[in-house]
Amino acid sequence: MNDLSTSSQITYRAVPIRPGVIRRIRGLSDQALAWLFITPTIVLLLAINIFPLVWTIYLSFTNYRANRPNAPTLWLGTDWYQSILTDPDIWAAMQVTAHFVVWTVLIETVLGFGLAFLIDKKFRGHGLWTTIILLPMMLSPAVVGNFWTFLYQPQIGLFNYVVAFFTGRGASSFQMLGDVTLSPWAIVIVDAWMWTPYVMLICLAGLRSIPDYIYEAAEVDRASNWRQFWSITLPMALPFIMLAVLFRGIENFKMFDMVNLLTGGGPGSTTEVASITLKRAAFESWRTGYSSAFAIILFVTVFGLANIYVKALNRVKSR
Amino acid sequence: MNLDVNMSTPHVSLTSRMLRRGPLEAVATTIIAAGVVMLMQPFSLTLYSWSFVVTLFGTVTFTIVSKVRE
Repeated sequence: MNDLSTSSQITYRAVPIRPGVIRRIRGLSDQALAWLFITPTIVLLLAINIFPLVWTIYLSFTNYRANRPNAPTLWLGTDWYQSILTDPDIWAAMQVTAHFVVWTVLIETVLGFGLAFLIDKKFRGHGLWTTIILLPMMLSPAVVGNFWTFLYQPQIGLFNYVVAFFTGRGASSFQMLGDVTLSPWAIVIVDAWMWTPYVMLICLAGLRSIPDYIYEAAEVDRASNWRQFWSITLPMALPFIMLAVLFRGIENFKMFDMVNLLTGGGPGSTTEVASITLKRAAFESWRTGYSSAFAIILFVTVFGLANIYVKALNRVKSR
Repeated sequence: MNLDVNMSTPHVSLTSRMLRRGPLEAVATTIIAAGVVMLMQPFSLTLYSWSFVVTLFGTVTFTIVSKVRE
């Protein structure tokens, strides 16, 4: 009891600030005060963002291996970059990534815009349908990966039974995750299922930003629904669609978790996207210098795409 | 009453028109997009080999020209 009362006294005791400190803070200029507040953030950013980036750039020019930290480190110049940029296997991984990015972005954009167009009509119960459509986006990629691994099971998977029902093929006659031809499409389907709602949300924001008086003016001019869609809806929603395309493109270029959970890059290397190749080089072969160079190549690509994304975002903002 | 109003549009040289942020950013964006396409295309290993240099050049150009006046 006595201990408790002592500890509560300690907890609630006010710490007096020395008058000298207050006077010193009051004497600071606005700019100095601003620097005082943002310095911790800048230091944190330098420590967790800038330093690892600079360190990775340095490592990409060396033969450093993380599993042999005491081995002498040799300066190799741009050898790793030349090796990566002339390697047909890495080129193949880039093509697998391209297949994944192009098809997911295309499917997600078409379906997302279509869904947004329907939801924008404000039919009875559209709020409930919006919530149901948004559910996959709220799930963790780890959960989605495991969930779809079960759905794709040839013996017990629901997906195979649905396909069998519509095509008349045996449910166990094909393996979505084990087949060389089907496995890239299995990942595309899962990503489209998960991220189409996100594209729908962005497109819906674009459609809701179009003022009603433009459609009213078009009605007065007796423009058909088809003409209104091509001349008003699509051009005015286009910056938002571009934004969604760029964002999904960047995200899917970096895609790792879903592919790792579903196929792990297999069968063979048919679903080995760039991030899986990078992980294998870094943490299975322990070629840290080589994987750092590969990471920098991917980083520059994503950074370049992010610049285009920011430009598109500014265009949307200025509208 | 004498109104000294100049109604003619001010003469802007071609160089000034080109050295603005908008057109320069458009050029840099095109270079970046070309670099990304070169990285992921399935047709030529040579194009793939040059993709990083092109993307890096485009990105650096974009970073520089985004500081140019509007």
